Amino acid sequence: MSKGKSSQALKDIGKNYETQYGFKKPEKYFFKSQKGLSREVVENISRMKQEPPWMLAFRLKALDIFYKKPMPSWGDTKLLNDIQFETIYYYIRPDEKQAKSWDEVPTDIKDTFDKLGIPEAERKFLAGVTAQYESEVVYHSMQKELEKQGVIFLDMDSGLREQEEIVKKYFASIIPAMDNKFAALNSAVWSGGSFIYIPKGVRVEIPLQAYFRINAQNMGQFERTLIIADEGSSVHYIEGCTAPTYSTDSLHSAVVELIAEKGAKIRYTTIQNWSKNVYNLVTKRAIAKENATVEWVDGNLGSKLTMKYPSVYLVGPHAHGEVLSVALAGKDQHQDAGAKIIHAAPYTTSVITSKSISKDGGRTTYRGLLKAEKNATHIKSNVRCDALLLDANSRSDTYPTMEADVEKIDFGHEATVSKVGDEQLFYLTSRGIPENEAVMMIVNGFIEPFTKELPLEYAVELNRLIQLEMEGAVG
Amino acid sequence: MSSTTTLKPLFEIKDLHVRVEGKEILKGLTLTLYQGKVHALMGRNGSGKTTLSYTIMGHPKYEVTEGAIEFKGKNILNLKPHERARLRLFLAFQYPVAIPGVSVGNFLRASMKAIRGDEVPIKEFRSKLEEKLNLLEMSKTVVGRYVNDGFSGGEKKRLEILQMALLEPEVAILDETDSGLDIDALTIVAEGINRLRGKDRAMLLITHYQRLLGYVKPDFVHVLMDGKMVRSGGPELAEALEQKGYEWLLKQDQVEGEKHV
Repeated sequence: MSKGKSSQALKDIGKNYETQYGFKKPEKYFFKSQKGLSREVVENISRMKQEPPWMLAFRLKALDIFYKKPMPSWGDTKLLNDIQFETIYYYIRPDEKQAKSWDEVPTDIKDTFDKLGIPEAERKFLAGVTAQYESEVVYHSMQKELEKQGVIFLDMDSGLREQEEIVKKYFASIIPAMDNKFAALNSAVWSGGSFIYIPKGVRVEIPLQAYFRINAQNMGQFERTLIIADEGSSVHYIEGCTAPTYSTDSLHSAVVELIAEKGAKIRYTTIQNWSKNVYNLVTKRAIAKENATVEWVDGNLGSKLTMKYPSVYLVGPHAHGEVLSVALAGKDQHQDAGAKIIHAAPYTTSVITSKSISKDGGRTTYRGLLKAEKNATHIKSNVRCDALLLDANSRSDTYPTMEADVEKIDFGHEATVSKVGDEQLFYLTSRGIPENEAVMMIVNGFIEPFTKELPLEYAVELNRLIQLEMEGAVG
Repeated sequence: MSSTTTLKPLFEIKDLHVRVEGKEILKGLTLTLYQGKVHALMGRNGSGKTTLSYTIMGHPKYEVTEGAIEFKGKNILNLKPHERARLRLFLAFQYPVAIPGVSVGNFLRASMKAIRGDEVPIKEFRSKLEEKLNLLEMSKTVVGRYVNDGFSGGEKKRLEILQMALLEPEVAILDETDSGLDIDALTIVAEGINRLRGKDRAMLLITHYQRLLGYVKPDFVHVLMDGKMVRSGGPELAEALEQKGYEWLLKQDQVEGEKHV
């Protein structure tokens, strides 16, 4: 029950990653790009994908921006500057074609997704699935029923081929390549990701899911996702991701753009569980028009460094934005995550709830922006950030920023930092509950506002993940 | 106390010395709890009451430097809090902490399972819980709330008693269960305690004031001062203390001390 033992018990967190998610398969690929980044690499990607010329032009311009833009001067600059861009493989095509049934997927890859439980999840509770392996989506399916209703759910490359007009209209309209260095990098070398269009009034009740898997060493994965929910429609999209553990770093840099038209609702749920050698530098932004709702439910468990601040631009009256996030940082991990909400129309409302857990020397940072434009009157916002430290070596920082005329904003902000108190542990153990179980109860309780928003299967999975990580702890 | 009853010691604290952050708080405390009896431990703030209850339950901050705590003749000082709890030792906290996100229902079931060492079938759990909720006049809604989160003082204390009722301890320590309660809450809590008195259970009521003892009549009263037991007696001792104050005991001690010179 002593402090020393309690942190000893927590040392084992993450030790099951290796067998559960961190396994690797031989690299037998249809095409592997040369190491490092160059104009030639970008041109090759575009050529292999037989893209229209405007996309190649877009990529090359973005590459230029990437080269010119300096590294961010904020955040974990030390880790950022450690990234070895020249050692990364920017494009790997695992197989020649995309499969419509799991039987067509190459054995190693199918085995991987079987282990990760994707086909099982698809059978049980998903309306559609894409599975991306390295740079390409290797499997895709959607329920026939949704197809009939006009729902489009494709990998981004197919989206570009089959729905070029819509893609051209919206692609990079919310996150231009100029936005930041990593958005520029993604724009130059993007591959895979999802393209979703929900027609007017169609409500997709069962979630759609994309799963992103990195297998190769020194891999760079740069998926690109665009979701458009037309007027009065709704959709829940879930993404998960894992990778093997290598001694060298991989890079994951996605761009995700969401458009919720009048009265539409998009919920975007992420369970990020990268191995601890993955840089996860992601740009996610949404636009919510009149009466629309966008919710980011963002769980960050893995990665070496995550920098991700899902944002919502509330551009129509009565639009609502929500960011609910959980970050868990263990040894050698820094979760620098947060949220941005821009109130750009009157009567808009927003809620930010951030929960972070640091343990065993891990670091969590909450970075948030809440902004009200001039015309945004009668707006309401509530921000809550709670940090839980499991031991004295761990660290948590909070950087909330607010840019608004205080008079016209009804704004609540609350931030707490607490330790898994000796007193909480003592209370639970005095009721016969062993210490490792007690710590788990406290942690699960802490993130309960998050898990209760997940579909049941994911909530169970998340709790199981944490439970697994606590197993083998000294009782 | 009738003279025909044989007193059976269940829980013995022997010459207990305890340090907290380097400072000695308990300085050779001796106390025996008898099966089926209610013992009151009175003392002023800072006399060591809470140190005693935390030490009994095994809080890691409380370092025992000398002495022993024996439960049915077995020294429990090497046991962790959860192991002590499994011997059916229970502490009702003076300040129960909140565990946000953990529902009372889940917590109670986890505790029952832990103490029992076996699953508690949901049906059995429900009926037992309902019975005890009724006993303590508590609303069922408490089951879905988070443990002590946003609870009033009275609600917290009642939840402690509910736990005691469900976990059925052989030895129950109640640390200032009367503090912070208004008269209505006190009556309900006291009634709950009275209903949980039993021929097999030993109870220790730790209290500052005599107030609770007006509702729960103790068999024995002990007075703690500066880390040591200074006086033991029957219920009349509590009444005398209430009327004359702790100073009275101090003065008496001095007088008696002088006599012995």
